Amino acid sequence: MSQPIDKQRRAFLATASGAAAATAVAPGVFLHAVAEAAPRDSAVSDSVRYGMLIDTSKCAEGCTDCVSACDRENGLDMLLKPEGASDQHWDMQRPRWIRQVKLKNNLTGRVTALPMMCQHCEHPPCVDVCPTGASFRRADGIVMVDRHTCIGCRYCMMACPYNARSFIHESVRLKPTATPRGKGCVESCNFCVHRLDNGGTTTACQDACQHGAIVFGDLRDPNSAVSKALAQYPSEQIRADLKLNTGVRYTDI
Amino acid sequence: MKGKFGISVLLALCLVMFVGPGSALADEDDEVAAAGVEGTARADKLDACVAPTAFMRRNHFELIEHQRDITVHEGIRKTDNSLAGCIDCHVRHDAAGQYVPVNAQGEFCSACHEYVGASLDCFTCHATKPTGTE
Repeated sequence: MSQPIDKQRRAFLATASGAAAATAVAPGVFLHAVAEAAPRDSAVSDSVRYGMLIDTSKCAEGCTDCVSACDRENGLDMLLKPEGASDQHWDMQRPRWIRQVKLKNNLTGRVTALPMMCQHCEHPPCVDVCPTGASFRRADGIVMVDRHTCIGCRYCMMACPYNARSFIHESVRLKPTATPRGKGCVESCNFCVHRLDNGGTTTACQDACQHGAIVFGDLRDPNSAVSKALAQYPSEQIRADLKLNTGVRYTDI
Repeated sequence: MKGKFGISVLLALCLVMFVGPGSALADEDDEVAAAGVEGTARADKLDACVAPTAFMRRNHFELIEHQRDITVHEGIRKTDNSLAGCIDCHVRHDAAGQYVPVNAQGEFCSACHEYVGASLDCFTCHATKPTGTE
Protein backbone atom coordinates (compact mmCIF):
# COMPACT_ATOMS: atom_id res chain seq x y z
CA MET A 1 0.00 0.00 0.00
CA SER A 2 3.00 2.32 0.01
CA GLN A 3 2.85 2.77 -3.77
CA PRO A 4 -0.09 5.25 -4.04
CA ILE A 5 1.21 7.25 -1.09
CA ASP A 6 4.62 7.55 -2.70
CA LYS A 7 3.07 8.76 -5.94
CA GLN A 8 1.19 11.51 -4.20
CA ARG A 9 4.29 12.51 -2.37
CA ARG A 10 6.23 12.82 -5.59
CA ALA A 11 3.51 14.90 -7.24
CA PHE A 12 3.30 17.07 -4.19
CA LEU A 13 7.05 17.61 -4.02
CA ALA A 14 7.05 18.62 -7.68
CA THR A 15 4.46 21.36 -7.10
CA ALA A 16 5.88 22.39 -3.74
CA SER A 17 9.32 23.05 -5.22
CA GLY A 18 7.68 25.66 -7.46
CA ALA A 19 5.83 27.28 -4.60
CA ALA A 20 8.85 27.22 -2.29
CA ALA A 21 10.27 30.44 -3.73
CA ALA A 22 7.12 32.37 -2.83
CA THR A 23 6.91 31.00 0.71
CA ALA A 24 10.63 31.32 1.45
CA VAL A 25 10.63 35.11 1.02
CA ALA A 26 8.44 35.74 4.05
CA PRO A 27 7.07 32.58 5.56
CA GLY A 28 5.39 34.31 8.50
CA VAL A 29 3.56 36.79 6.28
CA PHE A 30 2.49 34.06 3.89
CA LEU A 31 0.99 31.96 6.67
CA HIS A 32 -0.79 34.94 8.12
CA ALA A 33 -2.25 35.76 4.71
CA VAL A 34 -3.57 32.21 4.40
CA ALA A 35 -5.13 32.41 7.84
CA GLU A 36 -7.03 35.57 6.96
CA ALA A 37 -8.05 34.45 3.51
CA ALA A 38 -11.25 32.78 2.34
CA PRO A 39 -11.22 29.18 1.02
CA ARG A 40 -7.89 27.64 0.07
CA ASP A 41 -6.98 27.84 -3.59
CA SER A 42 -3.63 26.03 -3.38
CA ALA A 43 -2.69 22.60 -2.13
CA VAL A 44 -1.71 22.17 1.51
CA SER A 45 2.01 21.73 1.99
CA ASP A 46 4.31 20.27 4.60
CA SER A 47 5.62 23.72 5.48
CA VAL A 48 2.89 23.45 8.12
CA ARG A 49 2.33 20.67 10.60
CA TYR A 50 -0.77 21.04 12.68
CA GLY A 51 -0.58 19.93 16.27
CA MET A 52 -2.02 20.44 19.69
CA LEU A 53 -0.86 20.71 23.27
CA ILE A 54 -3.32 19.72 25.99
CA ASP A 55 -2.59 20.82 29.55
CA THR A 56 -4.28 18.14 31.62
CA SER A 57 -3.74 20.03 34.86
CA LYS A 58 -6.23 22.63 33.58
CA CYS A 59 -8.63 19.95 32.42
CA ALA A 60 -11.43 19.73 35.00
CA GLU A 61 -12.74 16.31 35.89
CA GLY A 62 -16.29 15.84 34.66
CA CYS A 63 -16.08 18.70 32.16
CA THR A 64 -17.16 17.67 28.65
CA ASP A 65 -17.24 21.08 26.94
CA CYS A 66 -14.75 20.05 24.24
CA VAL A 67 -16.62 16.83 23.52
CA SER A 68 -19.98 18.53 23.09
CA ALA A 69 -18.47 21.35 21.01
CA CYS A 70 -16.90 18.71 18.75
CA ASP A 71 -20.23 16.89 18.50
CA ARG A 72 -21.99 20.10 17.48
CA GLU A 73 -19.30 21.22 15.03
CA ASN A 74 -19.14 17.92 13.22
CA GLY A 75 -22.79 16.91 13.33
CA LEU A 76 -22.19 14.00 15.70
CA ASP A 77 -25.07 15.22 17.85
CA MET A 78 -27.41 14.83 14.87
CA LEU A 79 -26.99 11.07 14.93
CA LEU A 80 -29.87 9.23 16.49
CA LYS A 81 -29.88 6.11 18.60
CA PRO A 82 -31.06 3.19 16.47
CA GLU A 83 -34.58 2.06 17.26
CA GLY A 84 -34.63 -0.62 19.93
CA ALA A 85 -30.99 -0.13 20.98
CA SER A 86 -30.24 0.23 24.68
CA ASP A 87 -28.57 3.35 26.04
CA GLN A 88 -25.55 1.28 27.01
CA HIS A 89 -25.24 -0.12 23.49
CA TRP A 90 -25.54 3.37 21.99
CA ASP A 91 -22.91 4.77 24.36
CA MET A 92 -20.49 2.10 23.19
CA GLN A 93 -21.25 2.37 19.48
CA ARG A 94 -21.97 6.04 18.89
CA PRO A 95 -19.32 7.89 16.93
CA ARG A 96 -17.16 10.16 19.05
CA TRP A 97 -14.16 12.12 17.89
CA ILE A 98 -13.07 13.06 21.41
CA ARG A 99 -13.31 10.74 24.39
CA GLN A 100 -12.93 11.88 27.98
CA VAL A 101 -10.38 9.53 29.50
CA LYS A 102 -9.65 9.26 33.20
CA LEU A 103 -6.25 7.98 34.26
CA LYS A 104 -5.41 6.86 37.76
CA ASN A 105 -1.95 6.29 39.08
CA ASN A 106 -2.37 3.20 41.21
CA LEU A 107 0.70 3.97 43.29
CA THR A 108 -0.20 7.51 44.27
CA GLY A 109 -3.95 7.55 43.58
CA ARG A 110 -3.63 10.72 41.48
CA VAL A 111 -6.42 11.00 38.92
CA THR A 112 -5.97 12.81 35.61
CA ALA A 113 -8.78 13.59 33.16
CA LEU A 114 -7.88 14.24 29.57
CA PRO A 115 -9.51 14.47 26.16
CA MET A 116 -8.30 11.74 23.80
CA MET A 117 -8.75 12.10 20.07
CA CYS A 118 -6.86 11.19 16.90
CA GLN A 119 -3.24 11.96 17.76
CA HIS A 120 -2.37 12.84 14.13
CA CYS A 121 0.76 10.70 14.08
CA GLU A 122 3.64 11.38 11.74
CA HIS A 123 3.74 7.61 11.13
CA PRO A 124 0.10 6.63 11.50
CA PRO A 125 -0.61 2.89 11.87
CA CYS A 126 -4.13 3.46 10.46
CA VAL A 127 -2.56 4.60 7.19
CA ASP A 128 -0.18 1.62 7.09
CA VAL A 129 -2.97 -0.93 7.31
CA CYS A 130 -5.59 0.68 5.06
CA PRO A 131 -6.12 -1.60 2.04
CA THR A 132 -7.63 1.13 -0.18
CA GLY A 133 -5.59 4.22 0.69
CA ALA A 134 -8.68 5.84 2.22
CA SER A 135 -6.89 6.43 5.51
CA PHE A 136 -4.24 9.00 4.67
CA ARG A 137 -2.05 11.72 6.10
CA ARG A 138 -2.42 15.11 4.51
CA ALA A 139 0.72 17.11 3.72
CA ASP A 140 0.02 19.43 6.66
CA GLY A 141 -0.03 16.52 9.10
CA ILE A 142 -3.77 15.96 9.45
CA VAL A 143 -4.67 12.26 9.42
CA MET A 144 -8.01 11.79 7.70
CA VAL A 145 -10.34 9.27 6.07
CA ASP A 146 -11.31 9.74 2.43
CA ARG A 147 -14.83 8.36 2.68
CA HIS A 148 -15.05 8.07 -1.08
CA THR A 149 -12.59 5.18 -0.95
CA CYS A 150 -13.29 3.81 2.55
CA ILE A 151 -14.83 0.34 2.32
CA GLY A 152 -15.59 0.09 6.03
CA CYS A 153 -13.22 -2.82 6.77
CA ARG A 154 -12.21 -1.22 10.09
CA TYR A 155 -8.59 -2.39 9.99
CA CYS A 156 -7.64 1.16 10.94
CA MET A 157 -9.79 0.95 14.05
CA MET A 158 -7.90 -2.17 15.06
CA ALA A 159 -4.52 -0.60 14.30
CA CYS A 160 -5.03 2.68 16.15
CA PRO A 161 -3.37 2.49 19.58
CA TYR A 162 -5.54 5.38 20.80
CA ASN A 163 -8.98 3.94 19.99
CA ALA A 164 -9.61 7.20 18.16
CA ARG A 165 -11.74 6.01 15.28
CA SER A 166 -15.49 5.50 15.05
CA PHE A 167 -17.62 3.57 12.61
CA ILE A 168 -20.98 4.68 11.24
CA HIS A 169 -23.25 1.67 11.64
CA GLU A 170 -26.54 3.12 10.46
CA SER A 171 -27.87 5.32 7.68
CA VAL A 172 -27.51 8.99 8.54
CA ARG A 173 -30.56 11.21 8.19
CA LEU A 174 -29.09 14.62 8.90
CA LYS A 175 -25.61 15.56 7.83
CA PRO A 176 -23.94 18.97 7.85
CA THR A 177 -22.44 20.26 4.61
CA ALA A 178 -19.00 20.53 6.22
CA THR A 179 -18.93 16.94 7.50
CA PRO A 180 -20.46 14.46 5.06
CA ARG A 181 -21.21 11.15 6.73
CA GLY A 182 -22.80 7.86 5.70
CA LYS A 183 -23.30 4.29 6.73
CA GLY A 184 -20.28 2.00 6.43
CA CYS A 185 -17.38 4.45 6.79
CA VAL A 186 -14.83 5.08 9.51
CA GLU A 187 -14.15 8.59 10.77
CA SER A 188 -12.15 10.44 13.38
CA CYS A 189 -10.96 13.88 14.47
CA ASN A 190 -9.62 15.92 11.57
CA PHE A 191 -8.64 19.07 13.49
CA CYS A 192 -11.81 20.74 12.10
CA VAL A 193 -10.26 20.68 8.65
CA HIS A 194 -13.17 22.54 7.08
CA ARG A 195 -12.38 25.49 9.33
CA LEU A 196 -8.68 25.45 8.49
CA ASP A 197 -9.33 25.15 4.74
CA ASN A 198 -11.75 28.05 4.88
CA GLY A 199 -9.26 30.37 6.56
CA GLY A 200 -9.94 29.47 10.20
CA THR A 201 -7.11 29.01 12.70
CA THR A 202 -8.84 27.30 15.61
CA THR A 203 -10.61 24.03 16.34
CA ALA A 204 -14.04 23.75 17.94
CA CYS A 205 -12.69 22.00 21.06
CA GLN A 206 -10.10 24.71 21.60
CA ASP A 207 -12.72 27.46 21.29
CA ALA A 208 -15.03 25.65 23.71
CA CYS A 209 -12.46 25.04 26.46
CA GLN A 210 -13.10 27.57 29.24
CA HIS A 211 -9.95 26.52 31.06
CA GLY A 212 -7.60 27.23 28.16
CA ALA A 213 -6.32 23.67 28.33
CA ILE A 214 -6.06 23.22 24.55
CA VAL A 215 -3.55 25.09 22.40
CA PHE A 216 -3.68 24.38 18.69
CA GLY A 217 -1.45 25.54 15.87
CA ASP A 218 1.50 24.99 13.57
CA LEU A 219 4.26 22.91 15.13
CA ARG A 220 6.71 24.03 12.44
CA ASP A 221 6.24 27.73 13.13
CA PRO A 222 8.45 28.60 16.12
CA ASN A 223 6.28 31.67 16.82
CA SER A 224 2.96 29.85 16.98
CA ALA A 225 1.25 29.59 20.36
CA VAL A 226 1.56 25.82 20.39
CA SER A 227 5.30 25.87 19.59
CA LYS A 228 5.93 28.45 22.30
CA ALA A 229 3.93 26.43 24.83
CA LEU A 230 5.82 23.26 23.87
CA ALA A 231 9.13 25.09 24.32
CA GLN A 232 8.08 26.37 27.72
CA TYR A 233 6.40 23.39 29.40
CA PRO A 234 7.36 19.74 29.72
CA SER A 235 5.16 17.65 27.51
CA GLU A 236 4.85 14.06 26.42
CA GLN A 237 3.36 11.92 23.72
CA ILE A 238 1.05 9.13 24.79
CA ARG A 239 2.60 5.76 23.96
CA ALA A 240 5.80 7.49 22.88
CA ASP A 241 7.37 4.02 22.88
CA LEU A 242 5.59 3.33 19.58
CA LYS A 243 7.63 6.13 17.96
CA LEU A 244 4.65 7.47 16.00
CA ASN A 245 5.57 11.11 16.69
CA THR A 246 2.07 12.24 17.53
CA GLY A 247 0.85 15.73 16.69
CA VAL A 248 -1.17 15.88 19.91
CA ARG A 249 0.94 16.25 23.05
CA TYR A 250 0.00 16.39 26.71
CA THR A 251 1.42 18.08 29.77
CA ASP A 252 1.12 16.95 33.34
CA ILE A 253 -0.17 13.41 32.79
CA MET B 1 -55.33 -25.48 11.35
CA LYS B 2 -52.24 -25.86 9.26
CA GLY B 3 -53.90 -24.11 6.32
CA LYS B 4 -54.89 -21.13 8.41
CA PHE B 5 -51.35 -20.81 9.75
CA GLY B 6 -49.98 -20.90 6.20
CA ILE B 7 -52.31 -18.11 5.11
CA SER B 8 -51.40 -15.91 8.05
CA VAL B 9 -47.69 -16.39 7.29
CA LEU B 10 -48.37 -15.44 3.68
CA LEU B 11 -50.27 -12.35 4.79
CA ALA B 12 -47.47 -11.37 7.15
CA LEU B 13 -44.95 -11.77 4.33
CA CYS B 14 -47.05 -9.57 2.04
CA LEU B 15 -47.21 -6.95 4.77
CA VAL B 16 -43.45 -7.03 5.19
CA MET B 17 -42.96 -6.69 1.44
CA PHE B 18 -45.25 -3.69 1.18
CA VAL B 19 -44.48 -1.93 4.43
CA GLY B 20 -40.79 -2.87 4.75
CA PRO B 21 -39.21 -1.00 1.84
CA GLY B 22 -41.47 2.01 2.39
CA SER B 23 -40.39 2.48 5.98
CA ALA B 24 -36.72 2.01 5.03
CA LEU B 25 -37.03 4.82 2.49
CA ALA B 26 -38.68 7.09 5.03
CA ASP B 27 -35.68 6.51 7.31
CA GLU B 28 -33.16 7.58 4.72
CA ASP B 29 -34.99 10.62 3.37
CA ASP B 30 -34.63 13.86 5.24
CA GLU B 31 -38.36 14.19 5.57
CA VAL B 32 -41.36 14.05 3.27
CA ALA B 33 -40.50 16.98 1.06
CA ALA B 34 -42.98 19.51 -0.23
CA ALA B 35 -42.66 20.28 -3.93
CA GLY B 36 -40.11 22.91 -4.92
CA VAL B 37 -41.49 26.07 -6.46
CA GLU B 38 -40.40 26.74 -10.05
CA GLY B 39 -37.90 29.60 -10.32
CA THR B 40 -36.82 29.69 -6.65
CA ALA B 41 -33.34 28.23 -7.21
CA ARG B 42 -30.49 30.67 -7.77
CA ALA B 43 -29.62 28.68 -10.89
CA ASP B 44 -33.04 29.46 -12.36
CA LYS B 45 -32.05 33.12 -12.64
CA LEU B 46 -28.71 32.47 -14.34
CA ASP B 47 -28.01 31.92 -18.05
CA ALA B 48 -25.55 29.05 -17.64
CA CYS B 49 -23.86 26.86 -15.05
CA VAL B 50 -20.07 26.93 -14.49
CA ALA B 51 -19.80 25.50 -18.03
CA PRO B 52 -22.26 25.40 -20.96
CA THR B 53 -25.39 23.40 -20.17
CA ALA B 54 -24.75 20.73 -22.80
CA PHE B 55 -21.29 20.08 -21.33
CA MET B 56 -22.63 20.00 -17.77
CA ARG B 57 -25.33 17.47 -18.63
CA ARG B 58 -22.76 15.01 -19.91
CA ASN B 59 -19.78 15.76 -17.66
CA HIS B 60 -20.90 17.16 -14.31
CA PHE B 61 -19.84 13.98 -12.50
CA GLU B 62 -16.30 14.25 -13.88
CA LEU B 63 -16.01 17.77 -12.49
CA ILE B 64 -17.40 16.77 -9.10
CA GLU B 65 -15.21 13.68 -8.86
CA HIS B 66 -12.05 15.60 -9.72
CA GLN B 67 -12.99 18.28 -7.22
CA ARG B 68 -13.67 15.79 -4.42
CA ASP B 69 -10.15 14.38 -4.68
CA ILE B 70 -8.37 17.72 -4.62
CA THR B 71 -10.59 18.95 -1.79
CA VAL B 72 -10.12 15.93 0.44
CA HIS B 73 -6.44 15.35 -0.24
CA GLU B 74 -5.11 18.84 -0.94
CA GLY B 75 -7.55 20.98 1.00
CA ILE B 76 -8.50 23.14 -1.99
CA ARG B 77 -11.98 24.48 -1.40
CA LYS B 78 -12.01 27.57 -3.58
CA THR B 79 -13.55 26.31 -6.75
CA ASP B 80 -16.54 26.45 -9.04
CA ASN B 81 -16.98 22.70 -9.01
CA SER B 82 -17.79 21.78 -5.42
CA LEU B 83 -20.86 19.67 -4.69
CA ALA B 84 -21.82 22.13 -1.95
CA GLY B 85 -21.77 24.84 -4.63
CA CYS B 86 -24.03 22.77 -6.90
CA ILE B 87 -26.53 22.33 -4.07
CA ASP B 88 -26.41 25.98 -2.97
CA CYS B 89 -27.31 27.09 -6.46
CA HIS B 90 -29.73 24.40 -7.59
CA VAL B 91 -31.74 23.83 -4.41
CA ARG B 92 -35.32 25.11 -4.62
CA HIS B 93 -37.67 26.44 -1.97
CA ASP B 94 -41.14 25.14 -1.26
CA ALA B 95 -44.16 27.42 -0.94
CA ALA B 96 -43.28 28.06 2.72
CA GLY B 97 -39.76 29.20 1.79
CA GLN B 98 -38.01 26.08 3.14
CA TYR B 99 -35.29 24.31 1.18
CA VAL B 100 -36.40 21.18 -0.67
CA PRO B 101 -33.70 18.44 -0.79
CA VAL B 102 -32.10 18.28 -4.25
CA ASN B 103 -32.63 14.53 -4.30
CA ALA B 104 -36.35 14.69 -3.48
CA GLN B 105 -38.61 13.39 -6.22
CA GLY B 106 -38.83 15.81 -9.14
CA GLU B 107 -36.04 18.08 -7.82
CA PHE B 108 -32.92 19.06 -9.73
CA CYS B 109 -30.72 16.00 -9.18
CA SER B 110 -33.29 13.24 -8.98
CA ALA B 111 -35.44 14.41 -11.90
CA CYS B 112 -32.73 13.50 -14.44
CA HIS B 113 -31.22 10.59 -12.51
CA GLU B 114 -34.60 8.87 -12.24
CA TYR B 115 -35.31 9.48 -15.91
CA VAL B 116 -32.04 7.89 -17.09
CA GLY B 117 -32.05 5.22 -14.38
CA ALA B 118 -28.62 6.20 -13.00
CA SER B 119 -28.22 5.73 -9.26
CA LEU B 120 -27.30 8.80 -7.24
CA ASP B 121 -24.81 7.99 -4.49
CA CYS B 122 -23.67 11.46 -3.39
CA PHE B 123 -26.45 11.90 -0.89
CA THR B 124 -25.97 8.82 1.21
CA CYS B 125 -23.26 10.97 2.83
CA HIS B 126 -23.58 14.54 1.56
CA ALA B 127 -26.15 17.07 2.74
CA THR B 128 -29.07 17.52 0.33
CA LYS B 129 -29.66 21.16 1.15
CA PRO B 130 -27.50 24.01 2.47
CA THR B 131 -26.92 23.62 6.21
CA GLY B 132 -25.10 26.86 6.87
CA THR B 133 -21.72 25.19 7.38
CA GLU B 134 -19.18 25.28 4.59
